[in-house]
Amino acid sequence: MAIETPTKTSVARPGRAASPRAARSRKSRAGSRLWVKIVVALLLVVELYPLIWMFFTSLKTNDDYLNHSTWSLPTTWEWGNYSEAWTTGNIGLYIQNSLLAVVPALALMLLLGTAAGFALQVMVWKGRSLTLLIFLAGMMVPPQMILLPLFTAYFRTGLSGTLWPLILTYTGTGLPLTVFMMATYYRAVPRELFEAATIDGAGILRAFWTISVPMVRNALLTVGLVQFFFIWNDLLIALTFTNDQDLRTIQVGLLNFTGDFGATQYGPLFAAICINVFGTLLIYLFLNQKVMKGLTSGAVKG
Amino acid sequence: MHRVLGDRRAILILLGPALLVYSLIMLVPMVWSLGYSFTRGNTIDGFTGNGLDNFQRLFTDDAVRDALWFTLKYAAVVTVGQVVAGYLLALLYVFFLKRASALVRTLVFFPVVLPTVAVGLLFQKFFQVAPETGPVNSLLNMVGLDSIDFFGSAGSAFWVLIAMDIWRSMGFYAVLLFAGLVDIPDEVLESARLDGATGLRLVRHIVLPLSLPVLMSSLIFSINGTLKAFDSIVALTNGGPGNGTSPLTLYMFQTSFTYGDYGYGSTVALLLTVVCLMVSLVVYRVSRRDLTEG
Repeated sequence: MAIETPTKTSVARPGRAASPRAARSRKSRAGSRLWVKIVVALLLVVELYPLIWMFFTSLKTNDDYLNHSTWSLPTTWEWGNYSEAWTTGNIGLYIQNSLLAVVPALALMLLLGTAAGFALQVMVWKGRSLTLLIFLAGMMVPPQMILLPLFTAYFRTGLSGTLWPLILTYTGTGLPLTVFMMATYYRAVPRELFEAATIDGAGILRAFWTISVPMVRNALLTVGLVQFFFIWNDLLIALTFTNDQDLRTIQVGLLNFTGDFGATQYGPLFAAICINVFGTLLIYLFLNQKVMKGLTSGAVKG
Repeated sequence: MHRVLGDRRAILILLGPALLVYSLIMLVPMVWSLGYSFTRGNTIDGFTGNGLDNFQRLFTDDAVRDALWFTLKYAAVVTVGQVVAGYLLALLYVFFLKRASALVRTLVFFPVVLPTVAVGLLFQKFFQVAPETGPVNSLLNMVGLDSIDFFGSAGSAFWVLIAMDIWRSMGFYAVLLFAGLVDIPDEVLESARLDGATGLRLVRHIVLPLSLPVLMSSLIFSINGTLKAFDSIVALTNGGPGNGTSPLTLYMFQTSFTYGDYGYGSTVALLLTVVCLMVSLVVYRVSRRDLTEG
């Protein structure tokens, strides 16, 4: 992937290494290597130290946190902070709520978005580019613009007090990006494929489901991952629609953690942050190439 | 053969549900919200029309002026910071780390996926003064400086916020811009080097113009995000001290839910929407002009 510079290859070639130019560039390269190493080292400290500090702090007792240097390792390793965060701090319940809202929303969004992407990219009809544009417009609008009417609607239909407002709102707000990305992926699939399938006797709906969906399986994973991180990390929508303490998602729960738990319980607070951070980090580490590619391609298209 | 791909019933079955959900969740509420801005009241107490009062209030409200100013200032500084830091990282990946950059890219991307609330709380403790001196203030003390109460004044809280958001997102822009830089053909760089362009001059005259398209889409994406920033600010400062770090997004939220004024909240939301559209339009126009000239 990386761009090879001519100096690198010329140094490797014995015939040219003797020329003064190559010698000079080798010298300056040795010098530049040192500063690159320093920059990278600094960068990694800046990126990773806060996380390491957070982890060690999550294992400290309150006394340890308040009375010992912030740099020091825990004097006793208080793993109990984690169980306390999980049960007394309700982190377990909050994660369960998040899953119950995020998983159905993701499934719905992917299903509806893929079908719409197919209809907008593969099918031929008048007004499809306008429809796509209408979907796209949704990406520019700040979510604040839809919060209050939705709050009223959920209140009047009696959906408040359940997780449905979250599921529906996440599905609706996630559709623009999903539809757009799926339509883009379908552009690479030749239409003749579906025409041929229908000649062989499958209806177009069947062709969509049994032929096109498996073909964009990879895209589904990518879009699904991108949307997972967006929804899982959402605060605004969850904060608006979960008044009930028992319905809080992990982000709302974490935000209120200090309030519920007493601001003085540092160990469990850091344990709760750690659970949240290392949970998402784990998913990222397993699928990092996919996550990076997905998030960035979502950005360029958005 | 267009008959098959033009099957109206199939189109309706495939597109209908998505269009319905999208309309109900986004399109209808947008129009509805517009209607709210001519009312006062809320869902629980009911709404009464009050004509253009909200708009009059919008133009005389000092808090709105401050919030708008903060939103624009924050968006400008974070956008420039994110994209510049990301670009420098991308240059580092491409020209200095080369093949070895995969691991660094993965590690620097870490914070991008982390929940903003968790990062906000982490930074709060990282920069705190009391009851425990956080690592940053400990470092200041170590080199002989006094502790700084970062969240005690709007000015310093603003800079912690900026630092956090750049920390959080530079890995993202680095990967985005890295993809753009990798696309520059080797031959172009090589011939530029043969002509004597090295280091900064190579970046300035060859690399920068060639990566302008991806740089511009980063800018647009970044501005679009930073104008809507909410999570990071709520988690780090909650708008404080006072209203010192309160953007339009937060002001709208507080007006609506803390004070129960949905009508005025909708008017503030409308202002935010207009600002987003205008800024995006300006950036888009400017970037198009730059591209055709460059």
